[in-house]
Amino acid sequence: MKRVALIGMPNTGKSTLFNRLTGSHARVGNWPGVTVDLATARVLVGAHMAELVDLPGLYDLHGFSDDELVARHFLEAARVDAVVVVLNSSQVDRQLALALQVKALGLPTLVLLNMADEAKRFGIEIDTARLANGLGLPVASLSARYGTGVPEALARLAHLLDEAGPPREALVRAALAEDHRREEQIEALVKSSVVVPERLSEHASDRIDRVVLHPWLGLPLFFLAMLAVFQAVFWVGAPLQDGVEAAFDFARRNALVPLVAGLPEMLRGLLVDGIWAGLATVAAFVPLIVVFFFFLAAVEDSGYLSRAAFLTDAFMARLGLDGRAFVMILMGFGCNVPALMGTRVMRDRPMRLLSMLTIPMSLCSARLQVFVFLAAAVFAPAQAPWVLFGLYVASFAAVVVTALAFRGRFASREPFVIELPPYRLPTVRQVWLRGWTEVSHFLKRATRFIFAGVIAVWFLTHFPAGVAPAGPDSMAGWIGTALQPVLGPLGIDEKLAVALIFGFVAKEVVIGAFAVIYGLEGDALAAGLAQSMDWVAATSFMIFTLVYTPCLSTVATLRAESRSAGFTALAVAWPLALAWAASFAFYQGMRALGF
Amino acid sequence: MLQIRIALKYADMTQRTPLSHLAPGQQGIIASVEGAEGLRQRLAALGFRAGRAVVVLRRASLRGPLHVRLGTTDVALRPAEAGGVSLRAVGPFAAQGA
Repeated sequence: MKRVALIGMPNTGKSTLFNRLTGSHARVGNWPGVTVDLATARVLVGAHMAELVDLPGLYDLHGFSDDELVARHFLEAARVDAVVVVLNSSQVDRQLALALQVKALGLPTLVLLNMADEAKRFGIEIDTARLANGLGLPVASLSARYGTGVPEALARLAHLLDEAGPPREALVRAALAEDHRREEQIEALVKSSVVVPERLSEHASDRIDRVVLHPWLGLPLFFLAMLAVFQAVFWVGAPLQDGVEAAFDFARRNALVPLVAGLPEMLRGLLVDGIWAGLATVAAFVPLIVVFFFFLAAVEDSGYLSRAAFLTDAFMARLGLDGRAFVMILMGFGCNVPALMGTRVMRDRPMRLLSMLTIPMSLCSARLQVFVFLAAAVFAPAQAPWVLFGLYVASFAAVVVTALAFRGRFASREPFVIELPPYRLPTVRQVWLRGWTEVSHFLKRATRFIFAGVIAVWFLTHFPAGVAPAGPDSMAGWIGTALQPVLGPLGIDEKLAVALIFGFVAKEVVIGAFAVIYGLEGDALAAGLAQSMDWVAATSFMIFTLVYTPCLSTVATLRAESRSAGFTALAVAWPLALAWAASFAFYQGMRALGF
Repeated sequence: MLQIRIALKYADMTQRTPLSHLAPGQQGIIASVEGAEGLRQRLAALGFRAGRAVVVLRRASLRGPLHVRLGTTDVALRPAEAGGVSLRAVGPFAAQGA
């Protein structure tokens, strides 16, 4: 009597094969000493009467799950003459590992490639002879469900049993004992030589979690914390931004303008109003980004962001995203660029792309500046804050609509399993390193793109030669006029359309563009704007500005992070379409209601 | 014929509960971890291995993720992923003294 063990991963059709081989003779043997029931049956294999034992499905012979332990203990204790390893032909690439593990035990082994029919349907072809050669084990292909290849497989098993020597369970025991030794070794090594890094005590982390992960209090606290971070970024960043602007202006007036005075007017214009203005635009961005990144690095280092992901995951899962995407969208309220870069933590590409599609809907600080200015100009002081609040709600709605519209196309199976590290006090060094890496990335990428964009806008607004900058006769003016059939129904006139073109470079340029287009500044500009549009047109313009094409830095980042021109095109086109639809619905709806 | 003795570390192999069914404050011993290849590897890397104790600290509202602890590692995972982790010896978590 020979004993043959049947081994395979779950879902390889191992039990189907067992039933196929044994017919109705299978019985559940209650092995003394084991509370697991192993199915056994006697089968005639060639000239041998063999007892076939169906071991539990397992992924890893060296794993430590209960099923894996049963299989190991069986192989160690039972005198096994041969092992049959059942693999799923369609997944042979990852399942071969198990065959090699069994081979290493030193037992006579037969490899059966089951579900051959299914693999054939998938177009998978397996050269069994070559595979057998490479493995150093006999290999046979079969379909347990349809019975094809079963006689050949049995013949191979018979041949294997003919040649098999006496069972050598001692060898198997030695081979498997290595696993226990390794486990013990790891434990001993950890105990003797691992030092736990400095961190808040376990109890402090627990106490903080009890409050910030509270089922009801958790989310409000989280929003308060993020609000505080934004406030801090502006509080620190805004003066720096003003300083940089002043410095660039000073350099322009006192160094650049005298320096280029001798050049032809056209070239001078390009250098001063085109390239220098572009550089200044990027530079003014930098302090905010630097401060934002340093704050972000500090929050990240503290361990709080993964808690935020934990709190919001349930809602985000319904949008086809996960908690980490929420954190990134929230970052986007500061600036879309770092938020897009932050999606790198997602391994699954569809989910990462879906996150990247939603992030530009976040009402970033640049757009906020435009809205603050316009709301103050057109609305009464008591109404303006509510208009801003409404725009934040609209921004969030745009995120939800985008995710719902595309969650089917970017369907993801990314599991949500994240570590919640204990709270740590951020170290200056860590925050500096992390912040600086991100800032230099931003500078390298965004500069080139913004540069090109600014030059392009300069050409559009200054050509044909001799026209008033951004006037109706300039190329930008033509475009503004040409866009009227599209933008007119949204209540956006030619002048506003030109401002939107400027806004493509960077949203905060919109206000500067108003100044150029209307030839007014400050309070006079606000008054002029209030005269030229009513609240419905202004709100429609703000809705459009909120959602339409992301700024150049964002587009550049989308391109760099997705490495796909097609996706970048979608990320530009979709917001445009959504912006148009939303503004159209608002403007025409309000007009229809008589406003 | 069937006189093979297999000494198993754990006697009770039938009573298994998915981690996703545990209430906050309950714990169990991991019996097996199932799921796609990548998920199993990530779970293993975070300490989800048979024989280790896991405690459910809290669950997010709206059927959100579970906050669990294995040794000194805290992990958040969705009920879907936690469903692949089978536990035995499930019971209330004894108040942590050390």
